[in-house]
Parts: sequence; C-alpha cells; structure tokens
Amino acid sequence: MSVDRRKFLKLAGVVSLGAAAKPVSTLLASEDPIHVKKMEEGAAATAPTVSPGPPQGEASSFREPLTAKRWAMVIDTRKLDEATIERCIDACHTRHNVPEFEIKKDEIKWIWEEDFHHAFHEQDIPVYTEHIRHKSTLLLCNHCDEPPCTNVCPTEATFKREEDGLVMMDWHRCIGCRYCVVACPYGSRSFNWRDPRPHIEEIQGDFPTRMRGVVEKCTFCEERLARGIAPACVEASGGAIAFGDLEDPHSSVRHLLEEHFTIRRKPNLGTQPQVYYIV
Amino acid sequence: MIEKAIQGGKSYYSWLALLVGIMLIGAYYWVRQFTEGLGITGLSRDVTWGFYIAQFTFLVGVAASAVMVVLPYYLHNFKAFGKITILGEFLAIGAVLMCMSFIFVDMGQPFRILNVFLHPSPHSMMFWDTVVLFGYLLLNILISSVSMQAEKKGVAPPKWIKPFIILSIPWAFSIHTVTAMLYSGLAARPFWMTAVLGPRFLASAFAAGPALLILLAMLLRRLSKFDAGDRAINQLAMIITYALGINLFFVAMELFTAFYSGIPEHISHFKYLFVGLEGNNFLVGWMWVSMLLGVSAFVLLVNPKTRKNYKVLAFACVAVFVSLWIEKGLGLVITGFIPSPLGEVVSYVPTLPEVMIGLAIWALGAFVVTVLYKMTLNLRERWG
Ligand code: SF4
Ligand code: SF4
Ligand code: SF4
Repeated sequence: MSVDRRKFLKLAGVVSLGAAAKPVSTLLASEDPIHVKKMEEGAAATAPTVSPGPPQGEASSFREPLTAKRWAMVIDTRKLDEATIERCIDACHTRHNVPEFEIKKDEIKWIWEEDFHHAFHEQDIPVYTEHIRHKSTLLLCNHCDEPPCTNVCPTEATFKREEDGLVMMDWHRCIGCRYCVVACPYGSRSFNWRDPRPHIEEIQGDFPTRMRGVVEKCTFCEERLARGIAPACVEASGGAIAFGDLEDPHSSVRHLLEEHFTIRRKPNLGTQPQVYYIV
Repeated sequence: MIEKAIQGGKSYYSWLALLVGIMLIGAYYWVRQFTEGLGITGLSRDVTWGFYIAQFTFLVGVAASAVMVVLPYYLHNFKAFGKITILGEFLAIGAVLMCMSFIFVDMGQPFRILNVFLHPSPHSMMFWDTVVLFGYLLLNILISSVSMQAEKKGVAPPKWIKPFIILSIPWAFSIHTVTAMLYSGLAARPFWMTAVLGPRFLASAFAAGPALLILLAMLLRRLSKFDAGDRAINQLAMIITYALGINLFFVAMELFTAFYSGIPEHISHFKYLFVGLEGNNFLVGWMWVSMLLGVSAFVLLVNPKTRKNYKVLAFACVAVFVSLWIEKGLGLVITGFIPSPLGEVVSYVPTLPEVMIGLAIWALGAFVVTVLYKMTLNLRERWG
C-alpha cells in the first residue's frame, strides 16, 4: 500500500513531464492577479478532487499540470505586512489539514512567521534597529537542491523528486525516527507528537490528514501543481510571493532574481535553498 | 544451559522480581506513550531527540567496550582476562539489547521499523547503525554461546569460532564510530560537527564500560565464588586511566577550538552546557558534577597507590561511570538542540513517563546481564 502511494507520488511527477504540457513557469500573483483568480475559480468548478476513476465531464475541463525543471520561490519581504502573512499561513494550514495545538511543544507548522533576528540570525548586526530585527518574514521548507534531510532518512520516506526538485514526504512509510528533523538546518519539519485530527478545525476531504508519529512539512503544494494551480500561499500573498521555474530564463522568479539582491537562509551550508528573500 | 539460569537463592529471585516490577511500570507508561503519542515526553519540535537517544548513545559505548577485554585476551594472549572475557561479552549483549529498546521506544511508528530493511538506504547513517548493531549482537551471542557450550563439555572452544572473535574486534569499534557519524555529519548541528566526536566517543566508552565491568567483577567476588582475579582488575583499571585521560584531553580540545575561534554558534552550545543560556540551565549543575567526578577520578586513577587500593578504585569507577553517563547520556544529545538552528533557546526536561520508560529499559538490561552471569556462575561452580 505504501509502495503504491509512493509510485503514485513519483508518477505524478513523471506524468506531468511526459504530458508535454507547455510549461507554465510564470506564477506571480501580483503581475497577473486576474489570471490566478481565474485559475482558482476554474479549479474549484471542475477539479475539486483527484478522483481515481475515469474523468467526469469533458477532458478539456481539466487543467494541465504545472511543470518545471526546478521549482523555486521568491519572497518579497517588503510586501509582507501582518495581514498578508496571516493570510498566507492560513491558506496553507487550512488547505493542508495542519492541526493547531495550544501547547507550543506539540506545535506543527508548514509556513510560519518569524522575525529577521531569528530567520537570518547569523546575519544579525549590532546596529540593526529593533525595528529591523523584529521585522517579520515567512519561513517554510526551502526544498533544498542538496537536502540534508533526505540524505539521513533511513527509509526513503522523505526524498527529492529529481524531475522538479520538490522534497517530498511519504507519510505511509515514515517510521517517525525524526532524523530528518535533526538534519534540517532550517527547522522546517514538524513531528506529530499526538494525534493531529482532533486539532484540525475543519478537515478538508481532498487532502490527507496525517497520523500520530510521522513527520510532515511544506510540500510546495505538489498536489495543486499537479492540478495546474499555484501554491496556496503564493495565491494568498497578493503578489508578495512568486513561484516558478528557476531553470526557465523567462520565468518570474528568474526576473526577480536578476533584478533584486536576494538572500537565502544559511547559504554557507551548501544545501542550496530554493526560497529566496528580497529584503 | 538455560536451566543454569534458574538455580538461585532467595536474594537472586527478589532482585529479578524487583527488575520485573520496574519493567512492568515502564511497560504501563510505554503503552500510554504508544496510544497517546510521544507527546507525553518532554520532547518538542525544537528538541526532537532527548533522553532515549542519549541513553542509546551512551549504551552503544558500553556495548563496544567489551573489546577492551576481548582484544588483549585474544590478540595479545593476555591470560589474566580469561575469566572476565565472558563477563564482557555478556555485558555487551545486555547493552545492545538496551540500545535497541531505546531506539524502539523513540520511534513515532515503532511497528514500521522493518521499513529500514525493506527500503535500505545506504546514504543514511541510521541505516548503517542498525546494521552494525544487529551484527554485533549476533556476533556476541554466537561467540559467547559457543564458548559456554565448550566450557560445559569441558573442552576448548572449536577452532572455527576464532575468525568470528577476531571479526568482533573491529566490529566493536565500528558500532561506536558509526554512532558518532550519526551526529558528526550534520551541518545543521554545529555542536556535534567535530571530527573528534568519534574518537571522543571511543575514549569515553573505553573508560565507562570497563569501569562498570570492574564494579560487576567486585560485586561477583562478594556475592559468589567467582573471582576475575586481581591482575585482570588492575589491568582494566589501567585501561580506564588512559581512556579517561584521553577523553578529558579531547574535551579540552573541543573547548579550545570553540572559544578561541569565537564562532558564536559553536560557543553558544558550550555556554548552555556550563553556564546556561537565557536563564535556561537544566544541565549546568549536572555538567559541573560530571567534570568534577571525571577530574577527581582521573587524579585517583593516575596515582598507582590509590588505584591499587580497591576501595578507592571502586569509588573511582563509580565516579567515572556517573561522570561519563552525564556527559553522554544527558549533555551531548540535548545540547545539540539548544540553541535551535534559529538561535532560539528552548527548554527540555524529560518527563516522568520518559524517565520511567528509560528506567525500565535499564532494568531489562540488568535482568539480561544478571541471568547470563548467573548461568556462567552456576556452570563454573559445577566444573570448578
Ligand atoms: S529546508 Fe529542511 S526540510 Fe526543507 S529541503 Fe531543506 S533541509 Fe529538507
Ligand atoms: S522521521 Fe520519517 S521521514 Fe524523517 S528521517 Fe525518519 S523515517 Fe525518514
Ligand atoms: S507552498 Fe504550499 S505547502 Fe508550502 S507553505 Fe506554501 S501553501 Fe504551504
């Protein structure tokens, strides 16, 4: 069963490559808000779930999967205000059945708010004003190109999808050893210390809930990309977050990286994080 | 041969009953942990490994230290270790079983543990650690049972076992080296990312393990007719002295490197250990006790007069064992997480269920070692 699921996860990537879909590599909500909005409506109307049976209705009502050679994200911290940050977190956590625990110790988060002081703490300099130090940004899994987390996993329950660089999780295979949590230099991974289900406000039927004793993290919305929609946080960010193909010279992320000075978290570790920050 | 294990007096049985009692309490808490989740421990998103994995790490050292009696006996034909060797091998079996139990209770999905073998991942140090530990357990069971059988029949052990014994020597080094690699190859955790971690693990293991062995030999001397011999004990004491000295030297090197280089993320962990960070000082008292015991034991051991006084030696062995248990069984693992990679200081203190489950596993180890030792004693009493 877990093997089947894994095959499916891999297949999802392979199929999207083989489908010869014209790669949609530009996904920047700010530059084309209407486009994204339409996409969302379309998706809601036609393909709310991934059904295993034959497609209902016309095949053309299904979106082509979004594909890339190397997905990457650019976060413009200048555009992140409190409300935007909250919207992004909320969009991700609601959509992905991320539970909310009252006790900090049991906490699970895929994307979260952190001040500069912690997010980029090795770059803290004494003359920073408190204002800069406590400026907020969003942190999530960096989908590193050289991920230490997948390297240490003794079961391949977490692995890098070579087609597009996503770092994936197989919740049915994970033994809960938490070695990946130890090896991630960014604190991106959470462990289910307790049964998460009673702590989910409203369970979304089209996304799996997890069980006690496994690790989870941001998936770069792999399930949405397969359905041709942008990641939930990108969509909710109102233009503060861009998402696209790093290997495509015409993608929005490439343009942003060419035009702005960006930083990455702990670049000296050689993990090649794929979330870039404009500061 | 098993029947030898069940011939014992009243105190023997009350000791076993006590151990079973502790195991039952631990079992109760483990069932709770299994049904409620690891949330009943003190672990958290930031301090994700703690008491269990730390005990595992310490006990791998105890298991590996059997090599300190096996190696001189088989490679250098050091006859004085003739009687104590089997004690070392049995101690190794008990210790490896404890290691495996600690891994098992730390898993979020313990019954999926076979996935490690179903999907072997040679890039993971945890995979290799599991492989070498299993191998070490099998080797020790094989070697000790074959030599016990031979002893029972009153003949020399068969020749074919020799290669296995020789193999067990590098294998013992490997279990602790691979355990160190579990930690020392992680860019995320500067506290562990030091090339001296493996050597340090071996040094502290070769001090703590033989210290326990001396204490057990002294205990057997009082409780039974079994006598490991003064020469064996003196030689072990010598080994402990060197290993402890080397370990203290390594610790000093680590402190120098961290503080002289002045790299904040290296210093901060040591600060947490020895003075506390942001008011968080759970380990501070423990660590100073550990340092004090370690240094004073070294002073007592280096001096031949005090080392050869068995009362002082017994004290020194207790001091060595406790000191290194604190260093590895508490300090080393927890401190790697504090502060977190984001520079946050999070507190971790093991909870009651966690400690009880841990105690139960120690009781399990004590049970196994007691029964195996008893078996040996009964056998030897019969054959003289
Ligand atoms: S951020 Fe952490 S969890 Fe995500 S890919 Fe990198 S190392 Fe792995
Ligand atoms: S917790 Fe799960 S995903 Fe992480 S290393 Fe262990 S088995 Fe792999
Ligand atoms: S990319 Fe998707 S999974 Fe990752 S943080 Fe954004 S919404 Fe959540």
